[in-house]
Amino acid sequence: MLKIKDLSVAVEDKVIIHDVNLTIKNGETHVLFGPNGAGKSTLLMAIMGFPKYRITKGSISFKGKDITNLSVDERARMGIGMSFQRPPVVRGVKTQDMVAACLQGRGDGDTISQLAEKADLNDFLERDINYGFSGGEVKRSELMQLLAQRPELTLLDEPESGVDLVNIALIGELMNDLLEKNCPIQQRKCMGLIITHTGHILDYVNARTGYVMCDGTIGCVGDPHEMLATIREKGYEECIKCYLGRLPLYE
Amino acid sequence: MSKTDTSRTYKEKARAAIEKKASLGEDIDISKFTSEDENPTYQDDPSKLPARAKTQMLDAGVMLDDPSQRSGTYIQMDNTPVHSSVSQDGVEVMPVGQAMEKYDWMPDYWWNAVAVDQDKYTANIELNRYSGYFIRALPGQKTVFPVQACLYLAKDQLVQNVHNIIIAEENSEMHIITGCTTASREETGLHLGVSEFYIKKGAKVTFTMIHSWSPEIAVRPRSGVIIEDGGLFMSNYLLMKPVHTLQMNPLARCIGENATARFNSVLVTGEGSSLDVGSRVMLDAEGARTEIISRAITTGGVIIARGYIEGNAPEVKGHLECRGLILGERGIIHAIPELKGNLAGIDLSHEAAVGKIAEEEVEYLMARGLTREEATATIVRGFLRVDIEGLPPMLADELRRAVEASEKEVM
Ligand SMILES: Nc1ncnc2c1ncn2[C@@H]1O[C@H](COP(=O)(O)OP(=O)(O)O)[C@@H](O)[C@H]1O
Ligand SMILES: [Mg+2]
Repeated sequence: MLKIKDLSVAVEDKVIIHDVNLTIKNGETHVLFGPNGAGKSTLLMAIMGFPKYRITKGSISFKGKDITNLSVDERARMGIGMSFQRPPVVRGVKTQDMVAACLQGRGDGDTISQLAEKADLNDFLERDINYGFSGGEVKRSELMQLLAQRPELTLLDEPESGVDLVNIALIGELMNDLLEKNCPIQQRKCMGLIITHTGHILDYVNARTGYVMCDGTIGCVGDPHEMLATIREKGYEECIKCYLGRLPLYE
Repeated sequence: MSKTDTSRTYKEKARAAIEKKASLGEDIDISKFTSEDENPTYQDDPSKLPARAKTQMLDAGVMLDDPSQRSGTYIQMDNTPVHSSVSQDGVEVMPVGQAMEKYDWMPDYWWNAVAVDQDKYTANIELNRYSGYFIRALPGQKTVFPVQACLYLAKDQLVQNVHNIIIAEENSEMHIITGCTTASREETGLHLGVSEFYIKKGAKVTFTMIHSWSPEIAVRPRSGVIIEDGGLFMSNYLLMKPVHTLQMNPLARCIGENATARFNSVLVTGEGSSLDVGSRVMLDAEGARTEIISRAITTGGVIIARGYIEGNAPEVKGHLECRGLILGERGIIHAIPELKGNLAGIDLSHEAAVGKIAEEEVEYLMARGLTREEATATIVRGFLRVDIEGLPPMLADELRRAVEASEKEVM
């Protein structure tokens, strides 16, 4: 379980996230909507533990342990993994080195090529990570790394952005694999938190809980498909108006 | 001109240049060093050399216990050749003095790719006791295993004078590994080395040089390469250990159509060390090509990384890539990439980048579960990994091992 309590996050002295509360139980996937600049990525970066995203208030606990003060790599090794919206290029470090790092000694050379096959990235293993990758290739490479890492909590930052229609189904397939969507519900352990601006990914990945975030706070919780319908019909502005004035959500 | 006459002319030119400072690098007072060594004895079986020397040589890529992986071996201690042998047809390896006696045509290759009066260091070699290797691939002969050569500095306060001649006859192919190293970490010494390469039509040479010096040694190599039609010269240079001062700026001239020169350099150094290392290529004939790639890492010393490409003929193409990584607070890397085009229709480009490891990259790897140290080591390893096209797998493996050893040096 991931439990976020009263969380506020600052970047360079500016508080971006205010008093966010959110709980994801084992086996659940939640979706985070919100307009550009709402603070969605900031929230994910704070959950992953990047030092630039400073927690000024509240706490994060994962699998019953307070991880608020753990480093990025400690959180990764506890089972949190993230797909970056814009990961950096690391010259000289090949895609296969990244996959091998994610495997942490599990599997072998075959495992790497099987994963590449799955993500349709066979020709990318020898290439420097993210160097000259298209938008869709970056996303698939991020998911391939996560499939090697097998996190219990997967954080996905706009996995569908920049992906063409041909590839979006493949992205959906990889996500479903990561989030154990093909297992019976009772056996699912993996959790997911997916940021989506457009909501397209919901056509491929099922989720029952959605949030709308605006100006660094979570305004409402509900069925993500219904939320998406409202957002698509009326736009984010209406959606936000609707929850303005409501009390912040607590459990 | 007879051998004696040419030799007299070179001596005169050298005498005129003996005070001539080099245009780059700190000036070294050669008079502090002696050219006279202890006359080390010749070894028929190089595996009988002292174990310590063999270990040092192995660090520089020279294997003496298992000669089956080499097609020939040359070892020079100070200014005396102590071993030379060949184990494969089609290639010749001998001390340069011996080649001078054997072949009438040697003057054609003597001070032809490098000028004897380039500076006081080239002059010093000509005027003092020196030796060096002669390595030649016979026409059409392709050797699989590399020829290895070791230039070993043993005596304190010695100036090692080296003059090498390398000839790849038409359509031949060979690989050379030269390892330069020293007996002690404390003693001072000066290594002066001239290497003249002649790559004939359609010939291919890969030249891998591993420098494993010590913090008190000064090094001034002077290399020149002449490449004819369709010839390929590929240099892989690896400086693995700190050296007091090293300056070199080899010059390759692609004089034949579609001639290719490639230089890959990996420089790793630390505190108290000063390097000025470049590569220059003249693209003088149609369709000539070059690629110069250098990687520099300092944990405290100064590195000047140069590159120069000049296009003097139509349809030539050249690319220069200089990347430097500063680990720690005090190192300096100065990248100086230069391109000169003397006519239209040429294609020259460069990229240069100097900096410390980007925190964003470290954190990206940490998010996959690597510790900060592991992430940094992975990035450094990647940085040093220069993918060298066309290198036989065995050589590529050896080079990778050497790079991994130098990586340990910095981490
Ligand atoms: N690294 C950063 N440095 C400065 N400001 C940032 C940084 N990251 C995010 N912000 C600011 O925080 C706000 C939320 O950004 P972000 O979390 O990226 O939004 P979203 O992902 O919802 O589009 C924006 O106003 C943005 O400018
Ligand atoms: Mg974002």
